[in-house]
Amino acid sequence: MTSGVISPPAGRSPATTIGFRNLLLSEWTKLRSVRSTYWTTILAALLTVGLGAVVCARFAQLITHAGPGDFDGFDPTLTSLSGIYLAQIAIGTLGVLVISSEYGTGMIRATFAAVPQRRALLAAKAIVFGACTLVIGQVMSFAAFGIGQAILATAHPHVSGIQASASLSQPEVLRAVCGAGLYLTVVGLLGFGLGAAIRHTAGALPAFFGVLFGLSAIVDLLPTSWRNDIMPYLPANAGSQAFTIEQSHDALPPWAGLGVLCLYAAAAIAIGLLLVDRRDA
Amino acid sequence: MSANLVSGEGRRRRLRADTNGPAVFIRIPGKFRGPLRVGTDVLRRFWQRRCGYAHGRAPLMIEVRGLTKRYGSTLAVDDLSFDVLPGRVTGFLGPNGAGKSTTMRMILGLDHPSSGTVRVLGKPYAQCRRPLYEVGAVLESRAVHGGRSAFNHLLCLAQSNGIGRARVEEALALVGLQDVGRRRARGLSLGMSQRLGLAAALLGNPQVLLCDEPVNGLDPEGIHWIRHLLRDLAAQGRTVFVSSHLMSEMALTADHVIVVGRGRLIADASVAEIVAQSAQGYVLVRTPHLARLEALVRGSGGTSVYASDGALEVSGLTGPEIGDLAAEHGIAVHELSPREASLEAAYLELTGDSVDFRVEVGAS
Repeated sequence: MTSGVISPPAGRSPATTIGFRNLLLSEWTKLRSVRSTYWTTILAALLTVGLGAVVCARFAQLITHAGPGDFDGFDPTLTSLSGIYLAQIAIGTLGVLVISSEYGTGMIRATFAAVPQRRALLAAKAIVFGACTLVIGQVMSFAAFGIGQAILATAHPHVSGIQASASLSQPEVLRAVCGAGLYLTVVGLLGFGLGAAIRHTAGALPAFFGVLFGLSAIVDLLPTSWRNDIMPYLPANAGSQAFTIEQSHDALPPWAGLGVLCLYAAAAIAIGLLLVDRRDA
Repeated sequence: MSANLVSGEGRRRRLRADTNGPAVFIRIPGKFRGPLRVGTDVLRRFWQRRCGYAHGRAPLMIEVRGLTKRYGSTLAVDDLSFDVLPGRVTGFLGPNGAGKSTTMRMILGLDHPSSGTVRVLGKPYAQCRRPLYEVGAVLESRAVHGGRSAFNHLLCLAQSNGIGRARVEEALALVGLQDVGRRRARGLSLGMSQRLGLAAALLGNPQVLLCDEPVNGLDPEGIHWIRHLLRDLAAQGRTVFVSSHLMSEMALTADHVIVVGRGRLIADASVAEIVAQSAQGYVLVRTPHLARLEALVRGSGGTSVYASDGALEVSGLTGPEIGDLAAEHGIAVHELSPREASLEAAYLELTGDSVDFRVEVGAS
């Protein structure tokens, strides 16, 4: 082979700078061209829909045989969305991997050499990933709700007389189903932010689990008065209010809770954006 | 003015830009030409400055000035200054740990210098509008997500700079990877990975090419290929800057070498100059009167050692001096041939005291 096919030097780059559209397109290619994206998405979908269906099927049985008062405060919407609690692990892990795998493989050097505007690049990555999880999250939560309610509707609560299934037309239900998808998106972005700030998969994943689950274990050890003040503001507790209908008295209101989770994600991403220009790639 | 159609970029209309500034294809009536010329001269000078051409001088494609990088108490790069000029292959040589890769990363704006500056095409790297069109870099061969196909790896880099799919296919073909483009990068051999890195560097058809240890892991055929590719690219007027710790390789590839050791500049000269300056050159002498000649050489301030085949290797005296000396004393000389030091020997001599880790011979 010869290099004769290479045309002579082109001179300078085109007069226009890299557009944000270019970055979005490039990040979309990155996201769709690795298998881990598909595996984690499929896993998250199976967990959300499958686990929700299993839990609903068991509840449908229990409700059929339940006595009066056994299922007071039963929340059919939350029951059908219970798979979210596991799916968030898959989505958060994907969020971490989207950025940390690029550091881990050394690909980030090629990326930053091609795009010296690192903050814009990171922002484009966050937007593409956020948009994807937004769509995936909504599809999954509506699917889980639809299947879950269909299963719960098979229950025969003659004795207890409770309402076993919910529909989107009932108050707060549509909010809860949308909120579940949004919760997944924000948890994914929290993972992304931690990945951007910590850069190593081995460091960012434990940090993600620590923030999402570990914090509540620590806060549990605090004196009761402190604990009750802090507990509602922890990311998982605050965010999960978005898909809870029957709220406990000390919990945050749904949208405020999701807002608090957004603040955690925003803080992590802000740290990532702040550090990315200062650090050596 | 060179033809400058980047293949695969046909749809994009692009400004011509080189030493003469933008070409104007409009026919202008005579009476306007005078004033217009003044105007275009001003424009041209502005354009040239923008493009990094110092007025009336050869363009400095890469300018490194007082570059220093400190990691804690270690100086990885210590007050390094050099220029890289276009149209030739410039080798960047030094033992392992001499700071070559760190310098390369600082040129690309990946690492931040502790002090000093780097300018690429007359400006800091971060000010490149679309870097892939200006500078191509091969940093590490394995800097690829193993799960992504070679094609998609190139595509996502290309798209970030607005380069289309057609050019990605072209770049793959350019390095001979067109048949494995859809295969996942994890399955590529080291040699293929090196080629993939080179394809990424050539995506935007850049004027400046940086390669960090490009021949590492390549088989002889691959080394031959890359050597010719780099030389061809330089012959087209591009700037080619290649690091290596193998002097023998650079002797075949580079026209000019910059030698560093422990982060400091040791030499910045053409390959011929480095060889000529080396004290390792000697004169091979064959004579039936070895002992007499040896005594004479020593008497005239030279030194000599016996070669294994009975010849005498004289250093400190030139060939003509030895010939005259022998003639004066009536000694017959059968062979008198000056031997140049190999570039490798010259390099070892230059970097001898800047190697971090060395095996002491017979130290046990």
